[in-house]
Amino acid sequence: MAKELQLMKGNEAIARAMIASGCDGYFGYPITPQSEVMETLMAEKPWETTGMTVLQAESEMASINMVYGGAATGKKVATSSSSPGISLMQEGLTYLAGAEIPCLIVNVMRGGPGLGTIQPSQSDYFQSVKGGGHGDYQLYTLAPASVQEMYDFVFDAWDIAFKYRNPVLILSDGAIGQCMEKLYTRDFTPRWTEEERRKNAPWGTWGKPATRGHNIITSLELDSAKQEIFNHKLQAKYAEMKEKEVRYEMLNCEDADYIIVAYGSSSRIAMKAMQMAREKGIKVGLFRLITLFPFPTKQLNELSKKVKGMLCVEMSAGQMIEDVRIATECNIPVEHFGRFGGIIPTPGEVLEALENKIVK
Amino acid sequence: MANDIVKPENLVYSRTKVLTDATMHYCPGCGHGTTHRIVAEVIEELGIQGTTVGVAPVGCSVLAYNYFDVDFQEAAHGRAPALATAIKRLNPDLNVFTYQGDGDLAAIGTAETVHAANRGENITMVFVNNGIYGMTGGQMAPTTLVGMKSATTPYGRCVERNGYPLRITEMLATLPGTYYVTRQSVHTPAAVRKAKAAIKQAFLNQQNKKGLSFVEIVSNCNSGWKMTPVQANKWMEENMFPNYPIGDIKVDGKIAEGIDINRLVVDHPLSVVNK
Amino acid sequence: MTEEIIIAGFGGQGVLSMGKILAYSGVMQDKEVSWMPSYGPEMRGGTANVSVIISDERISSPIINQFDTAIILNQQSLDKFEKSVKPGGLLIYDPNGITHEPTRKDINIYKIAATAKAQEMGISKVFNMVVLGGFLKLKPIVAPEFIHKGLEKSLPARHHNLIPQNEDAIEVGKGLIEAVQVL
Repeated sequence: MAKELQLMKGNEAIARAMIASGCDGYFGYPITPQSEVMETLMAEKPWETTGMTVLQAESEMASINMVYGGAATGKKVATSSSSPGISLMQEGLTYLAGAEIPCLIVNVMRGGPGLGTIQPSQSDYFQSVKGGGHGDYQLYTLAPASVQEMYDFVFDAWDIAFKYRNPVLILSDGAIGQCMEKLYTRDFTPRWTEEERRKNAPWGTWGKPATRGHNIITSLELDSAKQEIFNHKLQAKYAEMKEKEVRYEMLNCEDADYIIVAYGSSSRIAMKAMQMAREKGIKVGLFRLITLFPFPTKQLNELSKKVKGMLCVEMSAGQMIEDVRIATECNIPVEHFGRFGGIIPTPGEVLEALENKIVK
Repeated sequence: MANDIVKPENLVYSRTKVLTDATMHYCPGCGHGTTHRIVAEVIEELGIQGTTVGVAPVGCSVLAYNYFDVDFQEAAHGRAPALATAIKRLNPDLNVFTYQGDGDLAAIGTAETVHAANRGENITMVFVNNGIYGMTGGQMAPTTLVGMKSATTPYGRCVERNGYPLRITEMLATLPGTYYVTRQSVHTPAAVRKAKAAIKQAFLNQQNKKGLSFVEIVSNCNSGWKMTPVQANKWMEENMFPNYPIGDIKVDGKIAEGIDINRLVVDHPLSVVNK
Repeated sequence: MTEEIIIAGFGGQGVLSMGKILAYSGVMQDKEVSWMPSYGPEMRGGTANVSVIISDERISSPIINQFDTAIILNQQSLDKFEKSVKPGGLLIYDPNGITHEPTRKDINIYKIAATAKAQEMGISKVFNMVVLGGFLKLKPIVAPEFIHKGLEKSLPARHHNLIPQNEDAIEVGKGLIEAVQVL
């Protein structure tokens, strides 16, 4: 499939991007609102075209560990799920981070806690960027705000994952997953050849030739001194990501008095609220986070010196706002507006919150 | 002087090169060391050192990857069959095996074990059953016998509180995805030879794309059982073997001759450990 | 131009596919589009609705609660969405099964007896295209040749032989729509 203009759901875009980006394997378990990812893959039968493997696992625990097994051989392997399923995967995620295995995880968030609702939510921010599993680790976390970004970020994910030997999380939600928008697909990137795999993943467990020692993929180190050194190495890697891999988008921020900070589908609603505010003569800009880890701390700090206040819009009780407040060092008022449990805020509500909490 | 005796033509045995020089951490008398050795010997004899990937469990054999000179992955507790599934599916030319204990394979990892077997994953699984959690200090395992004492069943396993010992090997034999299911031991030279032949068959089946091969090794845990190695082996013969009978259960995809799977699964009497 | 539309009715009435054909036609005419369904229990029977936005500009929020046009195919949806039509906006409804007529005085209201007409003509499967035809008669935001392309893209290849039938149904709808209240 070459470059083409299509109308597509976010979930379907994820699946098609996996095939088009040379993914070797997908392992998943059905859960609303992301089941179209595996359904699309199964319907497309990529094992007959690119040679990609697709398998429905018996649980999310199994699928994340299948990701571990496959990705630890130096192949491009992915899974997707929604919030409750991602909770089940947390053990696997900390092992993947601890064993430094590059891979892709997609979370199409729904409302919680517990079984919660199947409607869109953004209440897994803490889980995504503050751990989730045990230990000091980070997932490189991308937050798409359109169907096009759902597609494009899959390609970006492989670059980051293998550059840093780190799992990459695409943190989306049911709104972007279920929404259909225009999408420009890309030319296919072929799956890696055997030679490319060995070159790109010299650490992989792809069979020990006589020319090297055995490769071991593990997160276990019984010697605490060595484990501390390893933790320093991980922290250095995360620091490098913070330095080089922060992504964000600023709209109308140059002359803005007030800023709305948001990511994913909330940022789309915030964009509309910003337009409505501008029509009323309130100078509002939008700071859209694209990476949630690494967080754009410096950029928000600089922006906070030029504006009078910020409104964080999240479909949660207020999670990202903690990092915004740290970034802005409480120089200016930073307030939260959110709906949760699967309710999506309206642009009108966002504007009202902006006027009541920030503009005053 | 030794050099006068140790000449290639006089050698009747040497350690397989598929084991590394690392000193094993297993207790003296434990069956893991022997089981490691015969798995490694099979890998050497089949000439597959460069194309074999192992998956280690959590439990006593958590460090198995340090002892085998093949590429190895360390799994989270119980998840080895999931790892092996993906390794094999993405790399069909690799020889993939899991090496797991009873807690890993038959308690926390039951779902992964059953579903890998039911899908007929073309892998080899080595299951070491000593009826106890050795690594964490001798707690009850799913395979702990009725009446058997452990750190969490200090008065003996009782069915009312703890249920029955899980004969997962018989259970797996009933699944169409398993091709070869056998139970062996490594406590006598004869038993070691049989166990090694079984492991070799399990790897050959994988090379012939036959589906899942499962080799249980009934083993001892003299530390956990609080016995000398010799006592432990005797105790194993007297108590473990009646509950976990040695021999092939399923061969070439069919229940082995002389095995009444119904008897094994449903009616086999649960012996109570001798006091 | 930005047109924000809600299409709402029962599951099985072709609500989502009508929205998809309209959105895909917009894509073919080089418009910006979004198609945002309600999903969940609605997918398994009961009510279904979809918001479609067609615009010349980048679409901010695909999730909206005020609409230029509401296309209503059952009573529950009329009860739910009549109030969501922007003042001066358009409400189109099929009178089949409607017991309480719309009451707003500040919007344009049209009705289209598509259920009855489709049954009469034996074309119940393309009932939703009759409704779409009524909408396009009032708001020709997408040209017929792009509707044709939208149908080609939306329908699986094995159903392309049904495209003429769909286009005929659109024409039927254009003749069927009638004004109830025009501002």
